[in-house]
Amino acid sequence: MDFVTSILTITIRAGTSLTIATIGEIFTERTGILNLGVEGIMLMGALSAFTAVFYSHNIMLGILVAMVIGGLLALIHAFLTTTMRANQVVSGLSITLFGTGFSSFLGQRLGPESNNFRLVGLRAERILPFAPKWAKDIPILSAFLNQDIITYLVYLLIPLAWFFLYKTRPGLWLRSVGEDPYTADAMGIDVTKTRYFYTIIGGMLIALGGAHLSLSYTPGWSENITGGRGWIVIALVIFSMWNPARAVWGSLLFGGINAVQFRLQASGTSIPANFLNMLPYIGTIIVLVAITWWEALSKKVGAPAALGSSYMREEK
Amino acid sequence: MRLVFEKRKATSISALILVPLISFAVSLCLTALLLTIFGADPLKTYSAMAIGAFGSLYGFAETLVKAIPLMMTGLGVAIAFQLKFWNIGAEGQLTLGGVAAAGVALFLEQYLPGPFLLVGALLGGLLAGALWAGIPAILKTSLNVDETLVTLMMNYIAILFSEYLYYGPWRDPKGYGFPGSRMFSSNAWLPRIVGRAHIGILIALFVALVLWFILRRTRWGFELQIIGASQQAARYQGVAVERNIVLAITLSGALCGLAGAFEVTGISHRLQQGLSIGYGYTAIIVAWMSQLNPLVIPFVAVALAALSVGGDQVQMIMGLPAAMGTVMQGLILFPMLAGSLFTEYRLLAVKDNKSNLPG
Amino acid sequence: MFAQKAMHAGFFLSIRSMNDSNIPKVEMRRISKSFPGVVANDCIDFKLHKGEVLALLGENGAGKSTLMNILCGLYRPDQGEIYIDGQQVEIHSPRDAQKYGIGMVHQSFKLVDSMNVLENIILGLLNEPFVPDMKRVRKQLMELASQYHLSVDPDACIWQLSVGEQQRVEILKLLYRNAEVLILDEPTAVLTPQEAHELNRVIKTMKQEGKSAIFITHKMEEVIEFSDRVMVLQKGRVVAETPTSETSPKELARMMVGREVLFQIERKPYSPGKAILELSHIEALGDRGLPALKDLSFSLKAGEILGIAGVDGNGQRELAEVVTGLRKSTKGTLKIADKDMTNKSPLEIIREGVAHIPQDRASVGAVGDLSVASNLAMKQYRSKPLAQGIILLPKRIIDFARKLIDKFRIATPSPNTQVKFLSGGNVQKTILAREIGAARSLIIAVYPSRGLDVGATESVRRQLINMRDEGLGVLLFSEDLDELMQVSDRIAVIFEGKIMDIFDAENIDIEHIGMLMAGMKTEVD
Repeated sequence: MDFVTSILTITIRAGTSLTIATIGEIFTERTGILNLGVEGIMLMGALSAFTAVFYSHNIMLGILVAMVIGGLLALIHAFLTTTMRANQVVSGLSITLFGTGFSSFLGQRLGPESNNFRLVGLRAERILPFAPKWAKDIPILSAFLNQDIITYLVYLLIPLAWFFLYKTRPGLWLRSVGEDPYTADAMGIDVTKTRYFYTIIGGMLIALGGAHLSLSYTPGWSENITGGRGWIVIALVIFSMWNPARAVWGSLLFGGINAVQFRLQASGTSIPANFLNMLPYIGTIIVLVAITWWEALSKKVGAPAALGSSYMREEK
Repeated sequence: MRLVFEKRKATSISALILVPLISFAVSLCLTALLLTIFGADPLKTYSAMAIGAFGSLYGFAETLVKAIPLMMTGLGVAIAFQLKFWNIGAEGQLTLGGVAAAGVALFLEQYLPGPFLLVGALLGGLLAGALWAGIPAILKTSLNVDETLVTLMMNYIAILFSEYLYYGPWRDPKGYGFPGSRMFSSNAWLPRIVGRAHIGILIALFVALVLWFILRRTRWGFELQIIGASQQAARYQGVAVERNIVLAITLSGALCGLAGAFEVTGISHRLQQGLSIGYGYTAIIVAWMSQLNPLVIPFVAVALAALSVGGDQVQMIMGLPAAMGTVMQGLILFPMLAGSLFTEYRLLAVKDNKSNLPG
Repeated sequence: MFAQKAMHAGFFLSIRSMNDSNIPKVEMRRISKSFPGVVANDCIDFKLHKGEVLALLGENGAGKSTLMNILCGLYRPDQGEIYIDGQQVEIHSPRDAQKYGIGMVHQSFKLVDSMNVLENIILGLLNEPFVPDMKRVRKQLMELASQYHLSVDPDACIWQLSVGEQQRVEILKLLYRNAEVLILDEPTAVLTPQEAHELNRVIKTMKQEGKSAIFITHKMEEVIEFSDRVMVLQKGRVVAETPTSETSPKELARMMVGREVLFQIERKPYSPGKAILELSHIEALGDRGLPALKDLSFSLKAGEILGIAGVDGNGQRELAEVVTGLRKSTKGTLKIADKDMTNKSPLEIIREGVAHIPQDRASVGAVGDLSVASNLAMKQYRSKPLAQGIILLPKRIIDFARKLIDKFRIATPSPNTQVKFLSGGNVQKTILAREIGAARSLIIAVYPSRGLDVGATESVRRQLINMRDEGLGVLLFSEDLDELMQVSDRIAVIFEGKIMDIFDAENIDIEHIGMLMAGMKTEVD
């Protein structure tokens, strides 16, 4: 029991940043914009959060700064893809390239003089997990209730995001833009504004995911703090079939395997950790094939039909 | 009064030339700003980068070292993009190519004497890459599964697989803790020309020429161009669309796999971590910047490699972060992406009275 | 005093009801609209009364859709005014039109496939709250549905619905938004006869509720069955307007196609050879899986132009695709020069010397991103002289292109200019040049002069006649009866996937053709 609870605790912690970022990217992709800049935005989010907290000793400020930075980077992507109709794949990759490089650069230059201007190796305020006293010894449940504030927010974010997307008027409009921008436009919905808005929101959430890394999960800054999580997020969006409620399963899966693999290696099991790690990716491909193949399934839960294509009214 | 985009009457040649130039200039300015903020002299930095990348034989060789895989993967990606098949899987195809080449080099030595070992390794890389791209190609043509996401996922499967190999069964027991396979015998070493730059550069340039020839001078290349421009039009003229897509994408993967084979046989001489530093993704940018023209790709590859090497040098000499080079790459891309619109559209200010446009 | 008040009230009441019956629900005065090269609406006056069903009849290009698009806010007229209930209004967008109670059901539905009916009904509505009360929406919808006899499953997703059901959703959408005037564009084009009957019931119910309807059509049956009044448009002008009960299909046909007799373009005397194309009981399905071609048979002889008349959407595209190998036929046989080519591949059919000028010139006939020379070479690049083995010979391709550019007078800065920069007429000339250059037995031309100016049109027709004079067979699909009469040796009429009848060009009864095009089989009236 203890083993399971502790695994679960780590898994939830590991999955938090993934879940937030995945929900953010789901919103973006639901409007038809593919944002491959997740890795870059996450890195910049992690860096800016840590830097802000280090100098201001204020966690809220750190989170805020991260989200602003994330929103700005996403704004660049929205501008390039929506207004300038540039290739979405290349634009996203450029954001990743820039974010990776710039975060590395700043990480070696924004530190205090005492640390050679580097941020690596510094310590700053962290977001600590807290738990209600009565829950401390309950198996399983204590795993859920022994987390930090951001994770608790994620518990709220998931149902809220789901509700917003499927039960509200703006959520309906959002979905229609990604499914059929021409019809949405004909029904009076501003496709451009919608795409801008949710791409920026997506960027903010992705950056928040990065902030969780540097302020809570692996506190501090290092150049590879995301460890490729940004790319995992893109897989997770598919895995959850663009449904925020499902995002949590994928994050638990990916996060869990991550957490578990150390334990397994330690206990000397025969399944190589790497093959376990492959499962989520293979699973994602299977999901993709399945939903494309099953016509019935694909219409209800597939990729937003207009994902990745640009839209201009006269070009009908 | 409002701004609208109006379609041009002809591709603007001036835009085609000006946009990359202006983008480069913008990147230089923004980076200079950045450097100044952090107390470095931009001009000094730029010249250090240039000297680092081109000023010495060693530097130039290192630039080539980074340029070769960018060239090969860039060419591979370019073929795919020509067909509007978004192959994001170059990274995985390269990795698997390296794995296959390593596998041949490590285990088939007794069957392939002398130079055949190297040839076999390169061939193995080619085939592995072809296979890894062939799978998403078939998924796309037969089931219409989106290739962007499948190829992306397959990158991770390939990378994880190669990690498993050099941490696990292929690990060099005498490796002093540094994860990787044992060294290949020298038969499997790709000959070097200068510094660490190997003959792969010649092969890459040759491939660029051949690819250009195929695309512009053969019937098959012509069919690929038609398919890329309009699959329906191709069908109307009796072109076998699905078959050609699979063939071309397989070729695309093969080139990326060959790039991976180059890396293990020419640079590291073993399978180890750091096989690729994101070449597969940068390749997409190389291909896009070159407008998919095989003859331009080598130059763009060298330019981007130079930025990367220059960045490394700048770190050593001036203590600035090596990531400088990457930042510059990103900063060049943004204006280029924005500017790509101007080759086909121009910006007009329009009076908002009665418009003859629908709605 | 009370009596005085009552008299006043009565007076006003009577004035109001007088006004009610006099003031049209919708009035459009002197509406004109032009697009580059064509006058779509020429000073049209239009009236619709409350509770009335009006049919807008006319051939393709008569201006019906344009007029209605103006009314529902998609286009702005160059001239003219619109009045709703006697007040002048400005309609600049579909939202404006909605405000005035006008809504249109287009031929291509504005529905999101993956969403269900309820979601589509409220999509885009600003007055829905942040969290729409779907129970209320459902209730309102089902009330409307039962009121107007429009049965629909509110939870079904659009992709699951038949076309007829989707049309019902579109109508419900308008009713939900309190539309008073419903415009329907070719509503029965996608319906089974049964569904068409049901639609009629719906419209009659709407009439009872005081709503009005306009429908655009080319089908006589629809006009007779559905409408109270009919307005006939021809080439952008109103040529007739009459209560339906006071006219007949024959007269309507005459009004629709009435024109002076046109002389045929000069050509060699008609001496057809043997059959070059034979279709025998061909059946084929359309894109949606419904039958598009039903028991279709005809033969085309060498040295002959067979014109196929009919309104677009009656199977022309599918027929052309079957003949060129792009669509499989489910029954029947296809022979080209006596060789059985049923369901052979496009390449094999091309090898028989068959050329095809497709309907969709912009994206399928010509490739915009490629050069003029490349487009011209796209049919013959597989062999000499353009290729040697697997290698293309660019110089020969350019020479080949230059010859065709001269011969067909294609206006292009150079053979290397990308086709997307050419005008529509020159794109068509490029396609023509390529196809005519390659045709050795048979050429299929689908709306070849659509959207071209007078000079280009003449040139196209001339080319087709030249082909015929040289002994090829020409299958010409056209919506323009003028063109068909000028060019064809024989004319067939296609309607809903069947060949209704075939005439010799000399014995053409234009009214009869008009009626066949509109689906009326019997001639006697």
